[in-house]
Amino acid sequence: MEVFLVTLLNGLVYGMLLFMLASGLTLIFSMMGVLNFAHASAYMLGAYFAYTVSLYAGFWVGLIAAPVICGLIGALIEQYGLRRVHRNGHIAELLFTFGLALVIEKVVQMSWGLIPVPYRIPPELDFALFKVYGTQFHAYRAFMLLVSALMFGSIWLALTRTRVGLVIQAALVHPEMVSSLGHNVPRIFTMVFAAGTALAGLAGVIGGNYQTTEPSMAFSMGPIVFVVVVFGGLGSLLGCFIASLFMGLIQTFAVVLDYSLADLLKNFGVMVSSSTPFAELLTIPIPRIGALLPYALLVLILLFRPRGLMGTRDT
Amino acid sequence: MSPSLMLKRYRVWLLLFLIAAALPWLAFNWSTGRHSGFVLTMLSEIGLITIFALSFNMQMGQAGLLSFGHAVLFGMGGYCTAHALNAIKAGSFWLPTELVPLIGGLGGLGFAVVFGYVATQQRATAFAMITMGIGELVAAAALMFMTFFGGEGGVTTNRMTDTSLLGASYSAPWQVYYLILVWALVCVILMRLQTQTPLGRMANATRDNFERAQFVGYDPRMVRFYQFIVSGFFAGIAGGLYAMLYEIVTFDTVSAVKSSTALLATYIGGVGGFYGPILGSIVVILLQSGVSLLSNAWMLYVGVLFIVMVMYAPMGLSGMIAAHGPIARAGRLRDLLLPYIRVLVPGAMVVLGFVMIAELVSFTTIGASQNKKFQVGSLLIDTASPVPWAIGAFALLLGGWWLRHESRGFQRVWDSTMEDIKRQAAADGGAT
Repeated sequence: MEVFLVTLLNGLVYGMLLFMLASGLTLIFSMMGVLNFAHASAYMLGAYFAYTVSLYAGFWVGLIAAPVICGLIGALIEQYGLRRVHRNGHIAELLFTFGLALVIEKVVQMSWGLIPVPYRIPPELDFALFKVYGTQFHAYRAFMLLVSALMFGSIWLALTRTRVGLVIQAALVHPEMVSSLGHNVPRIFTMVFAAGTALAGLAGVIGGNYQTTEPSMAFSMGPIVFVVVVFGGLGSLLGCFIASLFMGLIQTFAVVLDYSLADLLKNFGVMVSSSTPFAELLTIPIPRIGALLPYALLVLILLFRPRGLMGTRDT
Repeated sequence: MSPSLMLKRYRVWLLLFLIAAALPWLAFNWSTGRHSGFVLTMLSEIGLITIFALSFNMQMGQAGLLSFGHAVLFGMGGYCTAHALNAIKAGSFWLPTELVPLIGGLGGLGFAVVFGYVATQQRATAFAMITMGIGELVAAAALMFMTFFGGEGGVTTNRMTDTSLLGASYSAPWQVYYLILVWALVCVILMRLQTQTPLGRMANATRDNFERAQFVGYDPRMVRFYQFIVSGFFAGIAGGLYAMLYEIVTFDTVSAVKSSTALLATYIGGVGGFYGPILGSIVVILLQSGVSLLSNAWMLYVGVLFIVMVMYAPMGLSGMIAAHGPIARAGRLRDLLLPYIRVLVPGAMVVLGFVMIAELVSFTTIGASQNKKFQVGSLLIDTASPVPWAIGAFALLLGGWWLRHESRGFQRVWDSTMEDIKRQAAADGGAT
């Protein structure tokens, strides 16, 4: 029970972090059809910018400044890069963002070095908030939950209650019609792209010191975010939310459950030794399989339900 | 086709093959009587990456299938070959050393049947995502299963099996290079012929319009599947040659980085024609082996080159060359000489400025941690002084502005030349 509650809380924190990354990507992917490989790079840039800013002006300035810088970079990328490549089709757009991800990783390596930077949790939040059965729940995790919940609420309100949000929702489904009605669809694209990148940057600011801020963080996070987006379904923020939490929870729980198939078989009186056929497969502990689960899910979802959990159309 | 006609048609390729065969001797050190190991490894790498990139283009260029997990087929071929070599060495079975890469091909093919059956159920973006998922799965599994993949250490092997048909020991790198060269030639010819088969043609059809391909009576899914399997065979051969070259296969060979090598080489070379990926492999491996010796930033240059290609020349280097075809046939290439010079000067300036800035940044961080100094020839450049930074920035900005200006002029000359040629052709056509 104790382990369960603690893991549940940790899974929620990780799931909400995933959601901050995935929500922007879902909007970009559903609206423009661009599978943005550079999205996780914005996450990384957010963490690094926040680190640099926090050296001079403290964490709280970084919390605001880093996402803004990321958003600006996103706007520039959309305006001068993607829009130009758009003429050559979706594959070209995808390749463009792929190249961008490569270049950004390299630029980060060159500017901040190959080893992780010491980006730390702000001292104001560096204390145990409460105890669950003797295990401390860190205040910073609560803060992460708070930020991501606030963000989810504000995106939701912005999309459903504001005029711009309604236009965006309409442009998700019928971009030509929205354009004929006199809205500037390319500008909406730029806006959404910038906002999505800024959200990824924000996720980087609060996720970078929770995990490690290192040049490979984009490439380790990127595929998982894709999984979440595909799993949640195109054009559905709610689906994305559910998928993020689900993915966060299974990954966190998988780490805790140190069992293997061999342990399961033991209950049925079957002992596995090194001479048993498939012994290697049977003795792999769940934590190691946990890392594989998202990708296995990705393949399965795309095969059997390409529209994802709550999507409106196929990937 | 008579032999003389065949010789005429393929003389360019024969010539290229002879040049490739002669290349190692350019770096031969006559005083010590030794080959340059670096050059041989680089040339061998070019040979096998050429096969790998061409097999990737079988999916991407010909069937319109963008894969992010192509290295899985390559790596599987590598692992199978490594195990086969070990088995031959142990005497479990007999196979001439020259034919061992075939085991890699069969390994790649076998895995492509499983992998492809799953992935080719979908096309376009969904296909790309599935291949990415499978690529990540296999890369993670490679670290998990010790018996087949050998975990982090990989599988080591020994190519000297003493079963050569030619009596070669393959102890020297140059012997392996010629083995790879012959295999590359055979694979290139086979893959070229494959584009002429009904399968190759139908792959083009499903790429261009899969619905119409369906109406003609083909199942596009099966076409994709078969194309995928054939491509897996050749990727496996490349992996097999890799195993023979390095005598070790690790999980790197199935990783996303290896997959992106194929993607970069293919796209930079050009996906439109058959021969583009060969050109791309040469460029990428030269950058990888040559520039990585001089600079920490080689991946940045490859990445930037890739982005520039995607943005400005989606048909790749081979597409750029092919675009000159009509002008060359009309004998008007001379008209482009001056415009080219006018574009190349600011272009060179931009490249130099960019490289300068990139190297300065790289030397202040990575270089400093490795205690390297930024040195051009005998000139030591102080990364702390603002002068080199200013020169780099100035060259980049001025060159960029100038290039923008000149490229407009170039476009005008190009367009008017093309217009001229068209008019000329129309006039000739009317006269006859």
